[in-house]
Amino acid sequence: MHETLLVVAGINTDPAYFGEQLVLGISIGAIYALIALGYTMVYGIVELINFAHGDVFTVGAFFSFFCISLIGAGNFSGLMLIPLLLVVFLATMLFNGLLGATIERVAYRRLRNSPRLTPLITAVGMSFLLEGILYVIPGIGPNFKHYPDLLPTNSWTIAGVNVSAKGVFVVVVALVLMLMLQRFIQGTRLGKAMRATAQDRDAAQLMGVDIDRTIALTFFIGSALAGAGGIIYGLYYNSIYFTLGFRTGIVAFTAAVLGGIGNIAGAAIGGFMIGIVFSMASGYLSQQWSDVVIFSVLILVLVFKPTGLLGARVADKA
Amino acid sequence: MSGERYSVFGRELPIPAKVGQLGLIAIGIAFFLSVPSIFSSVDVSRMADGGVFILLALGLNIVVGYAGLLDLGYAAFFAIGAYTYAILASSHYNIHLAFWPLLLIAAIVAALFGVILGAPTLRLRGDYLAIVTLGFGEIVPRVVLNLEGVTGGVNGLSGLDQPKIPALGPFPALTFGYNPIPYYYTILGVIILSIIIIRNLQYSRLGRAWQAIREDELAAASMGINTVTTKLLAFAMGAAFSGFGGCFYASKLALVTPEAFTFVISVTILCMVVLGGMGNIAGVIVGAAAIYALTTYVLIQLPLWMTGISQATGFTLLNTIDFTQYNFIIFGLLLISFMLLRPQGLLPSRVRRAELKHGDIAGSMGAQPETVTGTSSSEDL
Amino acid sequence: MSSILAVEGVSKVFGGLRAVDNVSFEVEKGQVFTMIGPNGAGKTTLFNCLTGVYKPTTGNIVFNGRPIGGTPPHKVTNLGIARTFQNIRLFGYLPAVENVMVGRHCRMHAKLWDAMFRTPAARSEERKVRARAMELMEFVGVARYAEDLARNLPYGDQRRLEIARALASDPQLLLLDEPAAGLNPAEKADLGKLIHKIRDLGVTVFLIEHDMKVVMGISDQIVVLDHGAKIAEGVPAVVRADKQVIEAYLGKGAAA
Repeated sequence: MHETLLVVAGINTDPAYFGEQLVLGISIGAIYALIALGYTMVYGIVELINFAHGDVFTVGAFFSFFCISLIGAGNFSGLMLIPLLLVVFLATMLFNGLLGATIERVAYRRLRNSPRLTPLITAVGMSFLLEGILYVIPGIGPNFKHYPDLLPTNSWTIAGVNVSAKGVFVVVVALVLMLMLQRFIQGTRLGKAMRATAQDRDAAQLMGVDIDRTIALTFFIGSALAGAGGIIYGLYYNSIYFTLGFRTGIVAFTAAVLGGIGNIAGAAIGGFMIGIVFSMASGYLSQQWSDVVIFSVLILVLVFKPTGLLGARVADKA
Repeated sequence: MSGERYSVFGRELPIPAKVGQLGLIAIGIAFFLSVPSIFSSVDVSRMADGGVFILLALGLNIVVGYAGLLDLGYAAFFAIGAYTYAILASSHYNIHLAFWPLLLIAAIVAALFGVILGAPTLRLRGDYLAIVTLGFGEIVPRVVLNLEGVTGGVNGLSGLDQPKIPALGPFPALTFGYNPIPYYYTILGVIILSIIIIRNLQYSRLGRAWQAIREDELAAASMGINTVTTKLLAFAMGAAFSGFGGCFYASKLALVTPEAFTFVISVTILCMVVLGGMGNIAGVIVGAAAIYALTTYVLIQLPLWMTGISQATGFTLLNTIDFTQYNFIIFGLLLISFMLLRPQGLLPSRVRRAELKHGDIAGSMGAQPETVTGTSSSEDL
Repeated sequence: MSSILAVEGVSKVFGGLRAVDNVSFEVEKGQVFTMIGPNGAGKTTLFNCLTGVYKPTTGNIVFNGRPIGGTPPHKVTNLGIARTFQNIRLFGYLPAVENVMVGRHCRMHAKLWDAMFRTPAARSEERKVRARAMELMEFVGVARYAEDLARNLPYGDQRRLEIARALASDPQLLLLDEPAAGLNPAEKADLGKLIHKIRDLGVTVFLIEHDMKVVMGISDQIVVLDHGAKIAEGVPAVVRADKQVIEAYLGKGAAA
């Protein structure tokens, strides 16, 4: 009975369709998760919404694009892809990390003790600056740029659901990077310094932690991850443009808040969840309304559960 | 008070302060009244458009400059005001309300949306509020775009009614038509009225409450100020100004499309407020005028000047740069540099002026008041 | 003498921490009532419960016979309780006199319309409020700073200004959180005199203070907190000799 109602309403009741949206959502979610990590780590340590983070992601996408063009993408295929991609990943993540740390050094560091409005406005300005620079770089401009289609295009059917190799690639890369991050945060001295600084900056400083360097490192890692996100975005969607970061950034931020701002595991889970929400909204409502759904989720989460699903991890001291 | 001399940029003139101020205002008003006789029709039209932005900046100043709430979705209320006019004064729905009451209606509709958005969200801390307003600023144009049946989707609504001044006694009815001059005078009048109202607000119980909230929200609440309703009032007033401006803009352009109400507009107005000086009426007006002039005159003329310079100096490289594309970079650099170097803006507010007078160097170097926007940092045990 | 404030079995628990532990006492009208105790004893937390910044986990707070536990701060002020803060929270970038005028907010009636158009009613009210603010500034001794930004006042005068601001709402109960902190002995003596002047106006004064000389000199009644719990109460002479109090401050064995 309810099935007929749904069909009449125009909603697709095919379970395979649902499965496909789910799979798509997980792939998209992987990208959002990588970007969300940057937002959450930075907010956890300096309580700043790094508005420019989405644009750092875009820079990563374009930088990797130029890297691939430089090396000559068309010449690689099959197993030869692996070293190529490795090089591109390393170069992009390094560049992005440095970019993020530089932005922190130049624009945000001086404002650490200013009222929160000031660094937030600065971040908005930085976002605009990055977009503006991308716009005027010869070879970019306002148009969509076709990103090389390097990944294998196979797909498999599992339980009646279509799963693409691209999707698997994206999720695997994201998971690997997240695991590496986890190891780093929990297992190394620098990671411990990051956690300590996020919890209580003064105490950490008294314990001998170099606050400036720790914060710079946080920005570095977050931006590097966003860079990786840019690469897999490009490889998955094969199309990038200079304001990509704006929308993607807000969605990723929503994911970070959903999972619990400052909470790294939360950002990862939030990313996947938002990806699924987005995919479901696109699949069952329409592409046009998926944005509205996401922004509404953002507002609803902030109003009703600002600490997110897993709980926020922000310093107790302002 | 009688002993104080009028001072301009720190230099004293041998006239009493009050006389100097009134004199300047009188000269200003005389100038602005005679603009249509001095400038060309195209320029007058542009000035009328610029006036809309000045109005918007004044409105955002209440939200950001007085109450200290960062609104990144201000263009949404602009859109709401504009579409309210489009729907209620055109042949699309065969509703033809008059322009003048519609200005008020649009302001009220926008204010209502402001209350709807603000009521659940204004208790959030400053940065979260900013993102929420950003979200709202994205939702509104998107909804407008999607509800094609109602709003005309991407093509918007065109052919909107022209404002009319009804016949009064010996004076015949005057339809604005495509003549920019009545628009110019209307917006000039509105701006003057707004300045008076906002200035009154600044030195009132409500204005003080806003500034107290901006300085220290917890202390403000402890003074008996209901911070939620007071913030809501600021937010709604800002929205009303924006809606009002949107209605005016729609009627002048006789067209509304979702493209005109993007995040870039919100940031542009924010730039105006930041540049001019948050909380300073004159500063905000100057900032708005400066940025509007920048985007409509300078950036367009710059290639011509560059051609001239490059021909004169032989630097042909200058010829190749297309400055109209540099909007984003300019706005970005503007926001960043002002926040880093001069967060109080170009014209110091009366607060800063007092500091500079007392030689409070630390204060004038941009140290901000310890605003606790949103945080309720309670005392130690 | 009736009690103006009754604290009944109030506790405030944060996660695992009992900041205030089942505290009860009464403040009589017209008294100078002082709460003392070592750092971290929960005094400011209790103040925060009184003024609505926190909601007590258990217990009642009764003001003039009316329960106010959990009432939001702005309403508490409206009811007649005003406060100052441990770390002075003046509106630094507002002139001193306007700080005091903000204090009068809840007793003013100007609405949005009055504010926008400077109606005669609004103008007359502004004049009266400004005059009252100047009176209060005279009363506490900072009238000469009227137009100066609050942040530029010397430290001792900032504390006085905060008191003037609190008095602006015509409170029946004035809460002062460590008003003598950072003052030199001469300033502390002046503060004592000021507090007595305030009491003579009919305002009940409830303060948190550390400096024993100040406390013993001005208090009618003292309550002592340690680790969130009340350990003593009484007139100064009694409290001063109380073994537990001495131990709390000086450590075990000092009372011997």
